Amino acid sequence: MLRDITLGQYYPADSVIHRLDPRVKLFGTLVYLVTLFLTDNFIGYLLALLFLAVTVTVSKVPVSFILRGLKAVMVLLLFSVVLNLFMTKGEVVFSIWKISVTKEGIYIAAFMAIRILFLIMGSSIMTLTTTPNNLTDGLEKGLGFLKIFRVPVHEIAMMMSIALRFIPILMEETDKIMKAQMARGADFESKKLTKKVKALIPLLVPLFVSAFRRANDLATAMEARCYRGGKGRTKMKPLVYKKRDALAYLIIFGYLAAVILIKIYF
Amino acid sequence: MEIIKTENLTFDYIRRDEDGNVEGITTAVDDVSLKVKPGEFIAILGHNGSGKSTLAKHINAILFPTEGTVFVDGMNTRDDEKIWEIRSTAGMVFQNPDNQIIGQVVEEDVGFGPENMGVPTKEIWERVEESLKAVGMYEFRKKSPNRLSGGQKQRVSIAGVLAMHPKCIVLDEPTAMLDPIGRREVIRAVTALNDVEKITVILITHNMDETIGANRIIVMDKGKIAMEGTPREIFSRVEELKALRLDVPQVTNCAHELRKRGLKIPEGILTDKELVEALKHVNFG
Amino acid sequence: MSILVNHLTYKYNPGTPMESVALNDVSFEIGDGEFIGLIGHTGSGKSTLVQHLNGILKPTEGSVYYNGRDVFDGDYDLKELRSHVGLVFQYPEHQLFESDVFKDVCFGPLNLGLSKKEAELRAYKALKLVGIEDDFFYQSPFDLSGGQKRRVAIAGVLAMEPDVLVLDEPTAGLDPRGRDDLLDSLKTVQAETGCTVVLVSHSMEDVARYADRILVMNNGTIVYDDKPVSVFRHYDKLKEMGLGVPEITGAMYRLRAAGFNVSTDVITVDDAVNEIMAAMGHA
Repeated sequence: MLRDITLGQYYPADSVIHRLDPRVKLFGTLVYLVTLFLTDNFIGYLLALLFLAVTVTVSKVPVSFILRGLKAVMVLLLFSVVLNLFMTKGEVVFSIWKISVTKEGIYIAAFMAIRILFLIMGSSIMTLTTTPNNLTDGLEKGLGFLKIFRVPVHEIAMMMSIALRFIPILMEETDKIMKAQMARGADFESKKLTKKVKALIPLLVPLFVSAFRRANDLATAMEARCYRGGKGRTKMKPLVYKKRDALAYLIIFGYLAAVILIKIYF
Repeated sequence: MEIIKTENLTFDYIRRDEDGNVEGITTAVDDVSLKVKPGEFIAILGHNGSGKSTLAKHINAILFPTEGTVFVDGMNTRDDEKIWEIRSTAGMVFQNPDNQIIGQVVEEDVGFGPENMGVPTKEIWERVEESLKAVGMYEFRKKSPNRLSGGQKQRVSIAGVLAMHPKCIVLDEPTAMLDPIGRREVIRAVTALNDVEKITVILITHNMDETIGANRIIVMDKGKIAMEGTPREIFSRVEELKALRLDVPQVTNCAHELRKRGLKIPEGILTDKELVEALKHVNFG
Repeated sequence: MSILVNHLTYKYNPGTPMESVALNDVSFEIGDGEFIGLIGHTGSGKSTLVQHLNGILKPTEGSVYYNGRDVFDGDYDLKELRSHVGLVFQYPEHQLFESDVFKDVCFGPLNLGLSKKEAELRAYKALKLVGIEDDFFYQSPFDLSGGQKRRVAIAGVLAMEPDVLVLDEPTAGLDPRGRDDLLDSLKTVQAETGCTVVLVSHSMEDVARYADRILVMNNGTIVYDDKPVSVFRHYDKLKEMGLGVPEITGAMYRLRAAGFNVSTDVITVDDAVNEIMAAMGHA
């Protein structure tokens, strides 16, 4: 299950989308999310789909890879679809016992499903094409103005990027410790809540110990490599806007304008 | 001038109980004086707890002596102003390959040190390229470190240190967690750095066979230098090594036993090739 | 006969584009009281294989029999199997979690449903077997040295009194002293409990010294299954796999190639010395 989450994962490939400035991608994602909630008709969603399809194609990320990420949110999706399907009042299409499905319900449920699907896919495309480091760089620079309010932007960005690097390592470690305790007769499959909680101790204690040990090692290694915070630091990959970024901004604004126009005229 | 010099270096670990009272003192390094010349390849051998890692951490100014002094390229590690220069002069590679890679992509990790040092962007790229090429990891530059083998990860770590343009590299048991193939990769990379780039290497290990290529071996025991000499000198003292319960290479051990049984062959045989030569000599000489 | 592995195949992510075969049609038997060395380099499938022996991983195809019963048969109690087949993972000290050494070792036996008294008795025996002194019993396991931690973790599995003890690279990261002590205590454990030992390793020297029988794995299959001396006769093939033979065996091959009349069926230094002395005496 944990392996299915593609949100936050990076898919290495060489595409224009991969090379775009992360600030553009962050902004683009934000705009895309906004447009999804602005849109309320078929043509609008068609445009959103077109925009998504073009982006995915250009990004060279396999569609199957993006779809796999959806598995994790299936429950949420089903829940909202069912809720909207049965709870919306209006013209009844058919009813089973006391529950009736309305025309409006079908519409809203369908739109909701499309919205959630597009939303997840849209944000996956950003994380899949941006290395976490690049993403944090984008956030660091994009939110750089917060430094005026004494927000330690660099430090937060560094922490995020380290956390992202260690998530797969700690996940693997969890798996290993779990197996090791199972070999000692631990029962992680028990249905009883009290037993379940109790079974977590032999898992969590070693996991925390290991996380702290890693953190300690990593801090030493960073210091040994002259890390001393953001001051005086240069960047291997500084964020500089290129022509393609300007073009991307234009496309994003064009798309936003189109969505607004569709909303007004249809 | 020496690149590394320690004078009567002593380091105490102070253990405290929960209230902060001193529970006990362990002297990890005990009065060690050591000189390393530029371009030397030094191997430090010893068991866990012999003080070898503690000694190494002094060279990178991660630990500071309780008594005595440590100089790196003429700079005293106690000099706060010089600490970053010392750390970029004497780079350090650690044991666990997973816990020292910071970047998500190989090249970004190698660039981490130079970034911290404020090296201009264009030069960082040059340094990353040459460093990755030096350890034979250039074709992996766009890969995620999580997808590499242990030996490859350690080579990336070495490249990360190289990119800081150090004069000296200290490797603290870089092969302890690797399989034989990974070990060979790392030792080959380290040897090449010493041969080609003339970088001073201090290799800390408990595998004796990794020390054969060194100019000098230092054996540590209980915080002190127990033995010091060229590999051949050290490997000639089989009984002492056995008493310290270090691993004597099987061929060396075999030659030693043959000598004990009366065969006239020299001490300090390091390879099977040397064993064959020595035995031939006995046969016909 | 205690364990029979029959045409075992294991695939990671079966049926997806990321499918990879970790084990490919592996079959072998482990008899009672054997000391088996399982060698292969990283990625050869040896860790995947041992996780099938106690039912942690389920085969994609094929089966594992313990004392004649298929362990992946639906009604086989895997928890019980794990008390018969003890598996010590790599870096087992990472599984320690209790506040003191003694409690940690009791964890396994208590999970088996034993009484507290019986569990403590077993923990005591297990700790003694691996050479942990009483002084350490009530210390936090996290305060011990690396070698001691590892032994406590092994005691944690031993306390379940398994009939088969499987250890996945138990000496990884230990110094030579720690390694020798550990391997020696395994030999003691076997002598005293009569259990079967499966030692996973990539050190040819260690395996040559301790095992009665060696299984060599490469690319998910078992390539050799024989007595150490016979396995190391495949000098060239083993080298090709990146495994090699014990250093001393390699030296004997070189001596023979140089015209010395020595046997290459030598896997320990003592035998090599005798062999060379004999050859030199008759020269």
